[in-house]
Amino acid sequence: MGIEVTVEGLSKAFGPQTIWRDVTLTLPAGEVSVMLGPSGTGKTVFLKSLIGLLKPETGRVLVDGVDMVNDPDRKVFAMRKKFGLMFQDGAMFGSMNLYDNIAFPLREHTRKTEKEIRRIVLEQMDVVGLLGEERKLPGQISGGMRKRAGLARALVMDPEIILCDEPDSGLDPVRTAYISQLLIDVNARIDATMLIVTHNIEIASTVPDNIGMLFLRDLVAFGPREVLLTSEEPVVGQFLRGNRHGPIGMTEEKDAAKLEEEARAADTLGPVRPIHIPPQLRPSPGLPARAAEARHAAAVDAILPTLSHAAQHAIRENRAHLNQTGGLT
Amino acid sequence: MTSPDTSVPGASALRQTGRLFTLAASVVALTFRRPFQVRELIQQFYFIASVSILPTALVSIPFGAVIALQVGSLATQLGAQSLTGGASVLAVVQQASPMIVALIISGAAGSAICADLGSRTIREEMDAMEVMGVSPIQRLVVPRVLACVGVSVLLNGLVSVVGVAGGYFFNVLMQDGTPGAYLASFSALAQLPDLYVSEAKALLFGLIAGIVASYRGLNPAPGPKGVGDAVNQSVVITFLLLFFVNLTMTAIYLEVVPPKGS
Repeated sequence: MGIEVTVEGLSKAFGPQTIWRDVTLTLPAGEVSVMLGPSGTGKTVFLKSLIGLLKPETGRVLVDGVDMVNDPDRKVFAMRKKFGLMFQDGAMFGSMNLYDNIAFPLREHTRKTEKEIRRIVLEQMDVVGLLGEERKLPGQISGGMRKRAGLARALVMDPEIILCDEPDSGLDPVRTAYISQLLIDVNARIDATMLIVTHNIEIASTVPDNIGMLFLRDLVAFGPREVLLTSEEPVVGQFLRGNRHGPIGMTEEKDAAKLEEEARAADTLGPVRPIHIPPQLRPSPGLPARAAEARHAAAVDAILPTLSHAAQHAIRENRAHLNQTGGLT
Repeated sequence: MTSPDTSVPGASALRQTGRLFTLAASVVALTFRRPFQVRELIQQFYFIASVSILPTALVSIPFGAVIALQVGSLATQLGAQSLTGGASVLAVVQQASPMIVALIISGAAGSAICADLGSRTIREEMDAMEVMGVSPIQRLVVPRVLACVGVSVLLNGLVSVVGVAGGYFFNVLMQDGTPGAYLASFSALAQLPDLYVSEAKALLFGLIAGIVASYRGLNPAPGPKGVGDAVNQSVVITFLLLFFVNLTMTAIYLEVVPPKGS
C-alpha cells in the first residue's frame, strides 16, 4: 500500500522571487491526486520539492516519518527508493539504450539476476507499449516514447509513491487517454500514492481522486475531484473552462482596470463552456478494484455534509455510475 | 541549498572554494562507501589513459631535450659538464614530469569529464539519478576522479623515463657529453625522495584536475553555452591551481628534505 505524503507550510523562493508559500496538503495513501495550475506557477518545483531535489526555505514534507526537506541526505536517499518520478522529458540517460535505462534502478538497488531483471524490464516495456525498442538510444525515439520510457523506469521498482510531471505534454489526445488509463491501472495494481502535475483538463477531470490548484504563489484549493470541478472559485472555474473570463491573464494576474474593461466587453472573450463532470476512470477489466477507492469514499463521506450542493450531487452521480459498472463494494 | 544574499566582495569566490572542497571531501568519503563502481572505474581509466598516453609521451621527449640542452649549455659554461645528467634528471623528474602529466590530464581528460557531466546535468540526468536514490557523486564522480589520479601517477613514471631518456640522447649525441658522466651524476645529485615527491605531486595534481572538472561539470550555467563555459573554466582553474600547488609543494620539499651530499 502507498505511503501518505504530508506537506506542512512549505514555501519556496528563488532569490527574491517567491514561487509559492505556505502550501499545506496531504496526499492520502494510495489515492491519485492531480496538481493543476497555469504554466509557470511552480508545479514542477513543487514536485521536485516533494522528493527532496529542491529544498524549500520553510516547511516540511513528511513521508513515513522522514522529512524530505530537512533530514540528512542519507535518510532522504534511502526514502527516495520508494519513489518513482516521471520527468517531463523522460530524463533518460543519453548514453544507455532504453533497456539499460529501464534496468538501471534494478541493477543499482537490487541483487536480482540478469534473467529476473530482463523479465521485469520487458514486462514494464510491454505495459507502456515499447516492446521491441529495447536497443534504441533515447536520442533516436520521439518525445512521447521517451516519456513512456520514463514512466516504465519509474515503475520497475514497484514504487509506493509515484510522481508524474506533465505525463500528457507532447502527446496526442489518444495517447493521453492511454496514459490516463495506464496510470489508473498502475494504481489498481500496486496501490501507490500518486501525484500528477498537469494542466490537461481531460486528465484532471477523469483520473484523480483529489485535485489541487496552484495559482499566484498560493495553493488555491485542494480537495476531492468533484469539489474542485464544481468550485465557485473564479480562478478554478476559469482554468477548468480554459477561456479568458477570469483572473488568470497571459502573464500572471490581471489588474483591476483590465478586469473592468473585460467585464464591459465580455462578449468578445469567446463563449463560456459549461463544465462537464465525467465519471472517474476505472481500472481495465481483469485488474483488481482500486483499494484506494473505498478509502477515498469513506473519507469523502465524513465531510460530505459540509460540501456544496453541487459537489454532493456530483459525488452521488459518480457513485451511481460506479455502481452500475460493478464499482464500489 | 540556497546561499544567503551577501554583498561582501569575494564572498562568492569563497563560496565556490568551499563547495569545491566539500565535493573533494565527499568524493574521498564516498570512495570507501559500497557499492564501488568497478566497471565505471575501468572504463574511465581506459578512456583517460587512451586519450593522454600518446600526447604525454610526445610532449615529454622535446621537453626533456630542452631541459637537457639548456642545463647542459649552462653547465658547460660553468665548467660543470659532468653534472649535467643529475641536474636535468632533477628538473625532469621533480618539476617537468608531474606538470606535463597534469596539464595533459586536465586538458584531454578533464575537459571531456567536465563536458560529459555538464551535459548530463543540464539534461536532468543527475536529478533523475538522485531521484532513483543513486548518488551521482558516488556513481559517476568517484570513478572519474580515481581514474584521473591513477592515470596521473602511472603516466608520471612514463614521462620521467621518456624525459630522462630524451635528455640523455640529446646530451650525449649533440653536446658531446659522456654517457658515463651523465649516468654517474644521477646518483651524485638525485636521490629516492625526488621520485617520491614527483609521484606525490602527480597524485595531487590528478586529484585536482579530476575534482575541478567534476565540480564545474556538476554546476554549469544553464544551457549548452553554460556547459561550454564550464569546460573552459575547468581547464583554466585547474592550470592556475596546479602552478600554485606546485610552488607550495616544491618550497616545502626543499625545506624538509636536505639535498644530497649536504
